[in-house]
Amino acid sequence: MIMSLGPYAPFIVISYAAAAIVVALLIGWVVIDYRNQTQRLRELERSGVTRRSGRSAIDTPRTTT
Amino acid sequence: MSLIDLANPTRFLALSARVLPWLVAATIILLAIGLYQSATAPDDYQQGATVKIMFIHVPNAWLSMFVWGVMSVASLGTLVWRHPLADVAAKAAAPIGAAFTFLALLTGSLWGRPMWGTYWEWDARLTSVLILFLMYLGLMALWRAVEDPSRAARAAAVLTLVGALNLPIIKFSVDWWNTLHQPASVMRMGGSTLDKAFLIPLLVMAVAFTLLFVTLHLAAMRNEILRRRVRSLQMMQAGRKAA
Repeated sequence: MIMSLGPYAPFIVISYAAAAIVVALLIGWVVIDYRNQTQRLRELERSGVTRRSGRSAIDTPRTTT
Repeated sequence: MSLIDLANPTRFLALSARVLPWLVAATIILLAIGLYQSATAPDDYQQGATVKIMFIHVPNAWLSMFVWGVMSVASLGTLVWRHPLADVAAKAAAPIGAAFTFLALLTGSLWGRPMWGTYWEWDARLTSVLILFLMYLGLMALWRAVEDPSRAARAAAVLTLVGALNLPIIKFSVDWWNTLHQPASVMRMGGSTLDKAFLIPLLVMAVAFTLLFVTLHLAAMRNEILRRRVRSLQMMQAGRKAA
């Protein structure tokens, strides 16, 4: 079934498309930023730089709830 | 586990890693339901099908103010308790809030053209939201301009709290001044004036977008914590080389 949006269809379609693009950009930003940061941390750890606690900067401990 | 334990960045990373998959799933499900309800909602007797823009515009407009509210609470945490997770929360929220505010302005403009006959009018509601958007951009520029995160956090916190004065102006601008923008029709004394056929999809979309914000915010906070760890390890590395 094709939805009828009337004479103002372009305004409606552009609104939803713009929202989809901006949300996709936000998701992409978060995912790429995570990859960049974890990659930089791995490179630093490989070069022998570690946190004072000795724990990996990427790995997180299990929560005890 | 106490609240203080959760506020520890390492604990936060562990807990958010567990919560994020559930949040992603809930966001996708609610967005799918909201979009289906928006698509199948009837046309308005005056606005026709353009009423469908409301299901995108209103959640973004609500989040543009909500995110600044979250940043204001986090800024209090920075200034009063000097908690590192507070400024991580404020910094991570700014780009997301800017994106939602941009969408509120854009979809409002696209809704305004067929309904008001103009894309833009310098009235109180539209202008105060534009100022909010510019403040988001200003905050992001401030975070980038100051290299030391703790110094940047304090300056940004002050700016955020000053900017919070704009929130009641945005909310009540349609009551205080004559504007093209319609008065409040959902969150108002005496209940919503919207018919259930529009109100239910609108509320579902508002909750879905709020969940989307929470999901993105948690993920962005995790990234910011990792960025700070990179910075501190790089400083340790530079210190070793200098020694």
